[in-house]
Amino acid sequence: MSGHRVVGKPRRRVDGRAKVTGQTRFADDLQFPRMLHCKLLRSPHPHARILNVDTTRAERAPGVHLVLTGKDFPVTFGILPVSMDEEPICREKVRMAGDPVAAVIAATEEEAAAACELIDVEYEPLKTIADPLEALATDEPRIHDHGDHGNVHKKIALEFGDVDASLAGADRVFDDTFFYEGNTHLALEQHAAVALLDPDGRLTLHSSTQVPHYVHRQVARALELPAHKLRVVAAPNGGGFGGKTDVFNHEVVVAKAAMLTGRPVRICLTREEVFLCHRGRHPVLMRLRTGVKHDGTIVAMDLETLLDGGAYGSYGVASTFYTGQLQTVTYHVPRYRFRGCRTFTNKPPCGPKRGHGTPQPRFGQEVQLDKIAVALGLDPAGLRLQQLEKPGTLTANYMRLGTIALRQCIEKVVEGSGWHDKWQKLRDGRGLGLACSSYLCGAGLPIYWNDLPHSGVQLKLDRSGLVTLFCGATEVGQGSDDVLAGIVAEVLGVAPQEIKLLTGDTDLTPVDLGSYSSRVTLMAGNAAIQAAERAKAIVAAGVSAKLGIPEDRLVFAEGRVFDAEDPEQGLSFQDAVIVAEGKHGIIGTTGSYRPAVSAAKYKGGGVGPSPSYSYSASVVEVEVDRTSGWIEVKKVWIAHDIGIALNPVLARGQVEGSVYMALGEALMEESAMRRLPARLSSALVHKFPSMLEYKSPTTMEMPPVETYLVEEPEPNGPFGAKEVGQGPLLPIMPALANAIFDAVGVRIDEIPITPDKVFKALREQAQGRTPRVGPASFPAIDWGEISIVPPPWEGGDGRAINEKPRKSKVVESGVRLAPDSPGANVSDGVKR
Amino acid sequence: MMRAGRFRYVVAKSAAEAAQALADGGGKAMLLAGGTDLVPNMKRRQQMPEIVVSLRQVAELREVAMNGETAIGAGVTLADVVRDPRLRQHGALFRAVAQVATPLIRNTATLGGNLCLDTRCNYYDQNYEWRRAIDFCKKAPGPEAVAIDAVADDGDGTCWVAPSSARCWAVSSTDSAPALIALGARVTLLSSRDGAREIPLEALFHDDGMHYMTKRADEVLTRVRVPHDGVRSTYWKLRRRGAFDFPALGVAAAVRFGTAGVVEHARVVLGAVASKPLLLPESSLLVGRALTDDAIAEFVDATARWAKPLDNTDFLMTWRKQVSKLFLGGVLRELRGDDVQTFPLLARRAATLRNPVW
Amino acid sequence: MRRSPTNNARIALTVNGETKELLFAPNKTLLEVLREDLGLTGTKHGCELGECGACAVLLNGRPVLSCLVLALECDGRQVETIEGLADDARLHPLQEAFADCGAAQCGYCTPGFLVTAKALLDERPNATRGEITEALSGNLCRCTGYIQIFEAVEEAAAKMGAKESK
Ligand SMILES: Cc1cc2nc3c(=O)[nH]c(=O)nc-3n(C[C@H](O)[C@H](O)[C@H](O)COP(=O)(O)OP(=O)(O)OC[C@H]3O[C@@H](n4cnc5c(N)ncnc54)[C@H](O)[C@@H]3O)c2cc1C
Ligand code: SF4
Ligand code: FES
Ligand code: FES
Repeated sequence: MSGHRVVGKPRRRVDGRAKVTGQTRFADDLQFPRMLHCKLLRSPHPHARILNVDTTRAERAPGVHLVLTGKDFPVTFGILPVSMDEEPICREKVRMAGDPVAAVIAATEEEAAAACELIDVEYEPLKTIADPLEALATDEPRIHDHGDHGNVHKKIALEFGDVDASLAGADRVFDDTFFYEGNTHLALEQHAAVALLDPDGRLTLHSSTQVPHYVHRQVARALELPAHKLRVVAAPNGGGFGGKTDVFNHEVVVAKAAMLTGRPVRICLTREEVFLCHRGRHPVLMRLRTGVKHDGTIVAMDLETLLDGGAYGSYGVASTFYTGQLQTVTYHVPRYRFRGCRTFTNKPPCGPKRGHGTPQPRFGQEVQLDKIAVALGLDPAGLRLQQLEKPGTLTANYMRLGTIALRQCIEKVVEGSGWHDKWQKLRDGRGLGLACSSYLCGAGLPIYWNDLPHSGVQLKLDRSGLVTLFCGATEVGQGSDDVLAGIVAEVLGVAPQEIKLLTGDTDLTPVDLGSYSSRVTLMAGNAAIQAAERAKAIVAAGVSAKLGIPEDRLVFAEGRVFDAEDPEQGLSFQDAVIVAEGKHGIIGTTGSYRPAVSAAKYKGGGVGPSPSYSYSASVVEVEVDRTSGWIEVKKVWIAHDIGIALNPVLARGQVEGSVYMALGEALMEESAMRRLPARLSSALVHKFPSMLEYKSPTTMEMPPVETYLVEEPEPNGPFGAKEVGQGPLLPIMPALANAIFDAVGVRIDEIPITPDKVFKALREQAQGRTPRVGPASFPAIDWGEISIVPPPWEGGDGRAINEKPRKSKVVESGVRLAPDSPGANVSDGVKR
Repeated sequence: MMRAGRFRYVVAKSAAEAAQALADGGGKAMLLAGGTDLVPNMKRRQQMPEIVVSLRQVAELREVAMNGETAIGAGVTLADVVRDPRLRQHGALFRAVAQVATPLIRNTATLGGNLCLDTRCNYYDQNYEWRRAIDFCKKAPGPEAVAIDAVADDGDGTCWVAPSSARCWAVSSTDSAPALIALGARVTLLSSRDGAREIPLEALFHDDGMHYMTKRADEVLTRVRVPHDGVRSTYWKLRRRGAFDFPALGVAAAVRFGTAGVVEHARVVLGAVASKPLLLPESSLLVGRALTDDAIAEFVDATARWAKPLDNTDFLMTWRKQVSKLFLGGVLRELRGDDVQTFPLLARRAATLRNPVW
Repeated sequence: MRRSPTNNARIALTVNGETKELLFAPNKTLLEVLREDLGLTGTKHGCELGECGACAVLLNGRPVLSCLVLALECDGRQVETIEGLADDARLHPLQEAFADCGAAQCGYCTPGFLVTAKALLDERPNATRGEITEALSGNLCRCTGYIQIFEAVEEAAAKMGAKESK
């Protein structure tokens, strides 16, 4: 970008030094005098009533200070107001193996663990539900007493235009089922939290969380504390990927324990416990029917999804919507029907992982497009290019799109990979696949309804010349601190390293909703620009008065404020601040950001809208071994429509990191569960909750990656920037599946794509049967009444024509955070 | 933080002292070499020795000597095996060791520890809490899991891999053992009761997931001797990732060729498909003829019955069985001198020599 | 839990060149003693079972997993951790390169990668991409996709080489 001095230039991230010296203090690195240690006793049963918990022996064990049980925690919590179904410690029943039934707080972790084993718990096992089909078939026992019915948590049915009519009129209808296995974030850092009373008796909770604000609300709720009596500090996260965007029982437990003991109380989960916290990718079964014309133009799409939600609500309602809402934002889809269903099962709860709910249907959509191209004899790249959605469009389901540089993205990867010379032209066993995708730059609505800003930034400038930035955003590795510092540095003309950051602290920083849904760059970034521009105006006024240079001629750059026409005339930044402070008084400014109101007025329309969408295109080249089905990724080309790259070093890192994580999901990662023979055992356990057996790619698996950052500034983004943390993950899985087809002619309609599946499909091929591995069918689900929302081009206004008028909104006052009651207000606009 | 339980720590200064400490421990003592198997097992409470006998200061176990044969001390680290140019002549050994775990682990892991590595199973290599959730299994029947060989009796618990079976099917997962067996290695066991005895390496193992070694609990493995008998050897390993992962299958072969490519001597060993490495008796069928395509195909057919993987390691068992055939033929093709670069992808990867720093 | 009444052990541990007399429970690993008894929290942990590489430190110059080494086994040996990598206030070239090249995103795997890479370059100053990939294969990173880590090691190697040849 012309004229920018910081933005767009590759540079060391502001927190780089701390990270390479081991000085970054993660939650488990915090040590306090007299710190006690907490261990949770977890249920071995997947579903059972708790008949009795006897803690007498544990209380007498060496080193033990406190033993807590469900009785100590009468109030539930949950991330979404519609599913406040989690308990700090289970009271009446456990819903998965790993649910906490007691907590021990002791002088050492070793003593706490030993005392846990002295707690006697009596259980009465209940029938377990291991997958969505069982959940659909089993009304009783219910895992929860909320949700749509039986063990169905949430059903969604939305129709934008008469899809059946369009499908009937289509030249061809492609009907495919896909399955996407669950997988998990596997951040390298295990969740940790420390709670303590500060000198004036207020409770402080340090935690590895991506969402200090939501933790603040929910811990306050669960402990029945006025919110201002609790301070939540997000430690830098050792990786999050969505795994730390929920509120966890252990956070509530240590907070309570610190209140009761008056001492700092720490917990750090073991790796196995992290697998149990989960909130990872939902396993999703999908059926996608797409009607096209002979030239491949899409006339209508009909998507059904079935999600395995696990034992709790978590973000599940939003996740379910996300399995449908972004199918319309890449290619023009004139009519669209989406029906989604989430079920409860006795397994670790699923939630948001990088791409939240969208990678699964994106996989289906992009693989199906490949099938359409092959069937119609079209070039997959051309098929996509001919029907890209247009910038500024309001889609069939009322998503307002911003800039779209997907065309350039496709062109980049097509050219870079030599697509036209290689696709369908390589020798047997080698192949190329292409896929595209899109993702949000921040959810348009917060998870609880309010009229407040989504992000706030405060700046303090003082006579030392130091700029201090306060923001609730949380550094999870993605570089949010660097984004904020870079933006403010650009506006004020100082070096990013000269900006002191204070982030993710609910006492000291203005609210930012958190590091999820790729919202920080856009939302906190815009808030930072506003605060910085306001500070700049104050400084400019001071300098102008002092030097007699008109304010609009003042340039802020290189640590100086000077006259554009006579650069010699000016002051150092510090002197400029001193002058301004003299004129204005102490300098502090604020900035805030709240996205524009969405056009999607129908129930559920709150999920999907975003101020902007990023786009990605990828080509993957593979070699496939016909003798074994083994797959080797030779190279990945990926282009990402980033608006502009605020710091290209970090942007590239986000793209490559996404590709890495995507390849792991595509080829080997699985959150598989294991049920033992029913006649012998009712166990239902995670198959391999360890870093060794949950296969995460090592250096040896990483192929070369060619990254293209496509820059077309997005007016809604700070300096034109869009997200880059999640979007680039999405096209990889389908591109890989498509490449395997190109290499050996088999379709794996299932993630992960493992060598045994490829081998099986190759066998089918050799025997003249359909060379495919994937789910056979999608179950018949009673979807109930469908909301009918005519698309904009059919005269719709964003409302369902058959929906009952809504009750008025519950709006929260910004000062006191009232405890949420289930269903009282809104999650992601779901219930309003 | 996963933590090991409490134990008494004893440092042995010599192999004899270590043997004495084991004898004194009466089944409750275990040797600690690199600790890369024992320490995780202690943290997961699969093995809970009351006495841990450290071999760290036993210098005699860390020697490598070459005089007409190769003698490697049990305490030599895998990284030192990898870096010792003299050991390169034993192709199978080098390839096996270079693919164990990770470079970081190889810097502490020892050859003796690798040979004595506990057998593995997806139902067993889990935290205590996990195993409690499945009500344990035969190999670690309850809260009181103890040192090897002191396991109470075989009756307790269910084997979740084969619930109707009376035995444990945990898998021998050592990479170096199949390689060294193919190479005709012999190992020395030292005890305070009987002094030293030497046995062929294949005789060290039992096909039983619980009692997987014939070595008594009071015996120290001190040395591995590998003959210099002019064999060409290799080792192919199947694993999901290029590091960390235990073998889901290992195939080692050592062949000596006479004139006109006629095989004079052959030993082929299958690893990670049973509770012990399987020295294939059909190896002798290869002797006296050239390794023609036909000879290889016949051998693969004749040996297919040995690989009976169960569902307790990574990968689908039926697929592992399929790959075992590819590997059995592949190792022989490599040894007869085929250009490995022309092999199909998986075989090519398995045959390509890796050259780690450690 | 059965606990044998085992007394605490006293050893002299040399960490980053400084020798300290320490008293701790004998079942503690080097990782636990570094973090809990010495307050050296720069060394991280992601599994405590040898499965991630976050806890790597140098033991007599060799990179090893501190979660698998009993602290008692380190009596009389030299331990080097991330805290000892810089030369006083001057960062090690690897640290500079990691910071500049984007090799540390969340930074949680970074200490383990840095000490492993240091051991590699000490032994192979001109390590190839293949050797780097192989030497770092026991360190998992979930953020970067490794490529910027490889580049950082190469950049540091080049800088160190240039300095040497001067
Ligand atoms: C993540 C991970 C991945 C791994 N991957 C592999 C792999 O791919 N392939 C593989 O083969 N192994 C693997 N291992 C296992 C282990 O690291 C190696 O087998 C290693 O060589 C064991 O050696 P050690 O010296 O560390 O053994 P220790 O843990 O010290 O000992 C192992 C066992 O041998 C006994 N023992 C040790 N020395 C002697 C002796 N001299 N005499 C008698 N008994 C003795 C011990 O008492 C103990 O029972 C892996 C381990 C981990 C944690
Ligand atoms: S094979 Fe059976 S008895 Fe042996 S460890 Fe596995 S489950 Fe347990
Ligand atoms: S903590 Fe994971 S290897 Fe040591
Ligand atoms: S930088 Fe986060 S795990 Fe490597």
